[in-house]
Amino acid sequence: MKPHGSGLSRRTALKAGALAALASVLAGRMAFADANAVAAELKKLYGDEPMAEGKIKLDVPEIAENGMVVPINVEVESPMTEADYVKSVHIYAAGNPLPGVVSYTFTPACGKAAASTRMRLAQTQDVICVAEMSDGKLYTAKANVKVTIGGCGG
Amino acid sequence: MANKPTPRVRVPAKAAAGEMIEIKTLISHEMESGQRKDSKGEVIPRKILNKFTASFNGKPVFAADWHPAISANPYQAFFFKATESGEFTFTWKDDDGSEYVAKNKLTVG
Repeated sequence: MKPHGSGLSRRTALKAGALAALASVLAGRMAFADANAVAAELKKLYGDEPMAEGKIKLDVPEIAENGMVVPINVEVESPMTEADYVKSVHIYAAGNPLPGVVSYTFTPACGKAAASTRMRLAQTQDVICVAEMSDGKLYTAKANVKVTIGGCGG
Repeated sequence: MANKPTPRVRVPAKAAAGEMIEIKTLISHEMESGQRKDSKGEVIPRKILNKFTASFNGKPVFAADWHPAISANPYQAFFFKATESGEFTFTWKDDDGSEYVAKNKLTVG
């Protein structure tokens, strides 16, 4: 399309301006983590180790009315014997100001690699879970939670 | 916080050998995230319980490193395979260095 006159139409200019203003308002209020922040955290822990899907049952509500208290239950398939057990499980919230939620350490004495707690979610976002097995294998799972009221007062 | 954090733990008193039991814990704590601001616009400093550990007869069983995203009055549930009688020790570590401890006995047989 051939632009008339100035090359940048008034409408685009306004749109760009409004977006920039909105972005600066949001940035000024609170800085949120994103998927990259989670990836950076994981890189610190495990470098570039490959991660497989599966083995993890991540149980979170599809819609959380109150972001202050969101139940989260995670269970990893494993025989939980001395030879083969789940060493640790990390949970991240990609849209919170800080990505970390909780890191669990399991032992064969647990009998079952499952744990539940309650977390805060600032906005609708993905919850990411990574499990490390005793043989060093990594598994990952992801679930999206829609948050009606954010859990992160300004 | 006005009151000292009070831990509450639910462990079955008895279990059969090899039985899987669920342990539920709750502790009163505001878990101030360090993200909120007071009425003057100043950031309220972070003060959370950052670590929960459970051991049985002195041997570690389960641990959770909590981040500020854990809700106030943190709840934590996990499992334990009962093999012998003994005592659980549950410890919560606060950002300010204090520790809160709860102990529960389990009889197997």
